[in-house]
Amino acid sequence: MKILVIEDDRQAASYLAKGLKEAGHVVDVANDGKEGLFLAGAEHYDVMIVDRMLPGRDGLSLVQVLRAAGNDTPVLFLSALGSVDDRVKGLKAGGDDYLTKPFAFSELLARIEVLVRRRGAAQPQTRLAVGDLELDLLSRSVKRAGKAIDLLPREFSLLEYLMRNAGSVVTRTMMLENVWDYHFDPQTNVIDVHIARLRQKIDKDFPTPLIHTVRGAGYSLRAAEG
Amino acid sequence: MKHEGAAGGLHGFLAAGLRLVRTTAFRLALLYLAMFVLSVGLILGVVYRTTAGFLEQEIGETIALEVAGLQDHYRIHGLPGLVDVVRARSAVPNNNSIYLLATSAGVILAGNLSGWPAAVPNASGWTHFKVADYGGVTNRPSTAQAVTFTLPGQFRLLVGRDMSEIDQLRTRMFRSLGWILGSTALLGLGGGLLMSRGAMRRIEAINRTTRQIMSGDLSDRVPRFGGGDEMDRLAGNLNAMLDRIERLMTGMRQVTDSVAHDLRTPLTRLRSRIELALLHETEDPEVYRTVLQDTIAEADRLLATFSALLSIAEAESGAKRQDFVPVELAEVVELAADLYEPVADERDQRLSVDVRGKPTVRGNGQLLAQAVSNLLDNAIKYTPEGGAISLVLEGPAPGRAACISVADSGPGIPADMRDKVLQRFVRLDTARASPGNGLGLSLVDAVATLHGARLELDDNAPGLRVSLIFPPEARR
Repeated sequence: MKILVIEDDRQAASYLAKGLKEAGHVVDVANDGKEGLFLAGAEHYDVMIVDRMLPGRDGLSLVQVLRAAGNDTPVLFLSALGSVDDRVKGLKAGGDDYLTKPFAFSELLARIEVLVRRRGAAQPQTRLAVGDLELDLLSRSVKRAGKAIDLLPREFSLLEYLMRNAGSVVTRTMMLENVWDYHFDPQTNVIDVHIARLRQKIDKDFPTPLIHTVRGAGYSLRAAEG
Repeated sequence: MKHEGAAGGLHGFLAAGLRLVRTTAFRLALLYLAMFVLSVGLILGVVYRTTAGFLEQEIGETIALEVAGLQDHYRIHGLPGLVDVVRARSAVPNNNSIYLLATSAGVILAGNLSGWPAAVPNASGWTHFKVADYGGVTNRPSTAQAVTFTLPGQFRLLVGRDMSEIDQLRTRMFRSLGWILGSTALLGLGGGLLMSRGAMRRIEAINRTTRQIMSGDLSDRVPRFGGGDEMDRLAGNLNAMLDRIERLMTGMRQVTDSVAHDLRTPLTRLRSRIELALLHETEDPEVYRTVLQDTIAEADRLLATFSALLSIAEAESGAKRQDFVPVELAEVVELAADLYEPVADERDQRLSVDVRGKPTVRGNGQLLAQAVSNLLDNAIKYTPEGGAISLVLEGPAPGRAACISVADSGPGIPADMRDKVLQRFVRLDTARASPGNGLGLSLVDAVATLHGARLELDDNAPGLRVSLIFPPEARR
């Protein structure tokens, strides 16, 4: 993917660029808002990573300018301001996701992936399928290899989120945010327990597991090992 | 600019005087004084008009009557008769009537004046003159008011009244007016100065305290005079504000101390772990990998502690109150239970949820959710395997808008330790073995305070019951 990083702190910018390049992305870096606006207008990017605090302007206003000009490239905000209000402001200004510094790199990579994929699948679906696992959003029923699986409402939402992002890594934080709307980390690793339960129902009686653990990052639901 | 010695003293005195004159109290006093002087002046003016003015009018009427009588007399008895009457009337001792009868040439025929007054009569024939100038009845310098007219045969007659009584009345009135106004002004000024000095003294006391506080002594308070007036209320409010600031400062100091103490330990651990790995020469990359993984885990724990501290700070700042929205507590409770139920299940504990109402309170949903999760987290952590945890939400009742309580069957907290566990980083010896940073209950406490809610820790016999009781005014 082609990624634009708008970040004034050169050290942070080069660390971001290095990490993203190692993950196989093409990266451009802008060190201030002006350069960022110029590059965003001149080139096509799959995703932009924008720092909230830029010299002379707030990253929020920069994204508002881009959105007003009709640029709908997915934007992920980076910020040292982590309160719920800051998050809400960022999303209101036209951001698609929000990550508080310091963050785990695996978290950033997973979120970028999901952002870009989400753009691709814009039309609403009523049925999700991964391998032999099917999920019907209308009847709220789940089948694997034609066999009905009984899920609790929250398990259903969790599986739905995993299936919508099938093939991508989904972090614990992402699940907490999207399934529970919790914008803080509980003290205990509750997500692991929920995934373990889901595995009991989805994977236990079948030869190939669909839910995979990605060490140091989170989980990924995919049909075949790869 | 600095003055020395006597000049300095005078300058200081003047400056103090100026300060006094510039106070609101003094200005008010001046304003009242002006109003008072104005109204007293008005009242006295009215009194003067109704007394002296009335007397003058009376005199005028008497003179007119007398003149009419004398004219009749002249018509009936002729000049000799008139001369007799005028002489007789002039001779009455101690009367204050004035008569003068003269020929056109100015020869005086009768009367008690030595000469014809030079004052020109006005249109209606009235004239004012000083009696003394014409060798009057009495020798007191008084004025007279008289009417003159010409009788047939070119004789001139003057009938008048000595106005000295009215003059005295007028003088007395003006003098008393002067006295009254003068003393009022003095009293007003004095009172104003005294009042402003009193106010200044109290304001100065407040200023002194403020300066003391600015110099770093937060324990000082504004003195109160116990009168319960607006100044006392101001002092009371200032003191309440200072109490709050002092509490916050103490809290900040505690946090700084605890952060310094509690974060230094893991940071030191982190550093020595890396250092040891570097010292320890090995060809095995797996060793390094393990060290790096441990390092990340340690850093994550540190970051979690930081986020917890920031959440507490966010809740404690109270600045978030304007962002409050109606929060359905049933949703918060059910979501948290939903999240933790599998965790309890894993430890073979029974988590029962009892939602007995659908109360809505004004608040911050995320922070409330975090508080409830922390309570459940603690309950699950400290309850032995096979224990029971109950989460109860109750609706409005007298004195509360809602109540969330989490009870467990764990070891509980001894009564004397219950206040202590709300402090940051405090972990009881019984809790040392389990993971945690000692911030869980501090956050719950801060969130409770932010929402004006009461946090109660009771004995669940066995175990601990923590209740979050929302005040009636939190209701939506």
